[in-house]
Amino acid sequence: MIKAYRWLLPHPLVTLLLAVVWTLLQNEISAGMVVFGVILGIIIPWGTSVWWPDTPRAFHVSRMVTYSIMVIWDIMVANVQVAWIVLTKPNSKLRPAWIVVPLELRQPEAITILAGTITLTPGTVSADLSDEGHSLLVHVLHTEDPDAVRDEIKTRYERRLKEIFA
Amino acid sequence: MTAEIIGTYAVAICLLVGAGFAMVGAIGLLKFNDSMTRLHAPTKVGTVGIGALLLASMIHSFTVGDGSLHELLIMSFLFVTAPISANFMAKVNIHRRACDTPPEPPQDDTWSTLNVPEADREMASPSVQSPKA
Repeated sequence: MIKAYRWLLPHPLVTLLLAVVWTLLQNEISAGMVVFGVILGIIIPWGTSVWWPDTPRAFHVSRMVTYSIMVIWDIMVANVQVAWIVLTKPNSKLRPAWIVVPLELRQPEAITILAGTITLTPGTVSADLSDEGHSLLVHVLHTEDPDAVRDEIKTRYERRLKEIFA
Repeated sequence: MTAEIIGTYAVAICLLVGAGFAMVGAIGLLKFNDSMTRLHAPTKVGTVGIGALLLASMIHSFTVGDGSLHELLIMSFLFVTAPISANFMAKVNIHRRACDTPPEPPQDDTWSTLNVPEADREMASPSVQSPKA
C-alpha cells in the first residue's frame, strides 16, 4: 500500500503546490479546474521523478510556514534599513564586506532555501558556495561587525532550517 | 460606498510606498560605485517595491472588480527567481575579478566560481578580462 502510494505520489507536497498554482492561474475556483490541477499535480511529479533521486526525507510544513512569515517580516524591516543606507550614507562611509558562513546544512534543498533567504533579506547577497558545499560566501552592503552578521544568519535562519529538514 | 473609499485610500498608499521603494532602488543603482554594492539596491528594494504595487492591484480588483489572485503568483515567482539572478550576477563579478577577492573558505579548497580546471586557467585569467562595467 505504502509502496503504491510512493510510486503514484513521489512528491505529495509538489502535487499540492501544482494544484494550487493551477487554480490560481485560472483565477476562479471551479470544480473542473481543481480536478484538472490535481491531475497535473499527479502526472508532472510522477513523470519527472527520475530526475530527482534524492528527495529530503523529512519536511515540516508548519515550521516552514512560521519560517516564511518570519522571513517576510525580516524582508520588510531590512528593506527600510537598506533604503535608509541608500539615501543617507555617502559612498565613502559605506563598509561592504565579504562574510564566510560555515554551513551545517547538507541537503541541497536546505542550502538553496538558506541562500535564497539571505539574498531576499536586503543588505546581504549570497554570492557563492565553496567547491564542496561546506561554506557559503555572503556579500554585505554595510556592516560595522561582520562576525555579528554571520552569527545572526547562523542562529536566525540556519538553525530553523535544520529543524525544518530534521 | 465606504468600503470603496477605504479601498481607494489603501490602493493610493500602496502605490506610493511601492513607487517610493522602486525609486530608492534606482537611486542606489546610480549612486553606488562598485559592482557588488550596486547589486544590493535594485534586487532588494525592488522586492518590497513590486510587492506593494501588486498589493495595490489586488486591493483594487477586490474593491472595484471581481477580485484577482494572479498577483500572488507573480509575487511568488518573483521571490523564487530574484535570488537566482542576483546569485548569477555576483558569480559573474567574482569570475571577472570585478570586486575584491573573497576570503578563502575555512573547510574547502576554494569557491566554486574560482575553481577553474587547469586547461581553462588561461581563459579565466584576469589579464584578458574586459574593463570594469
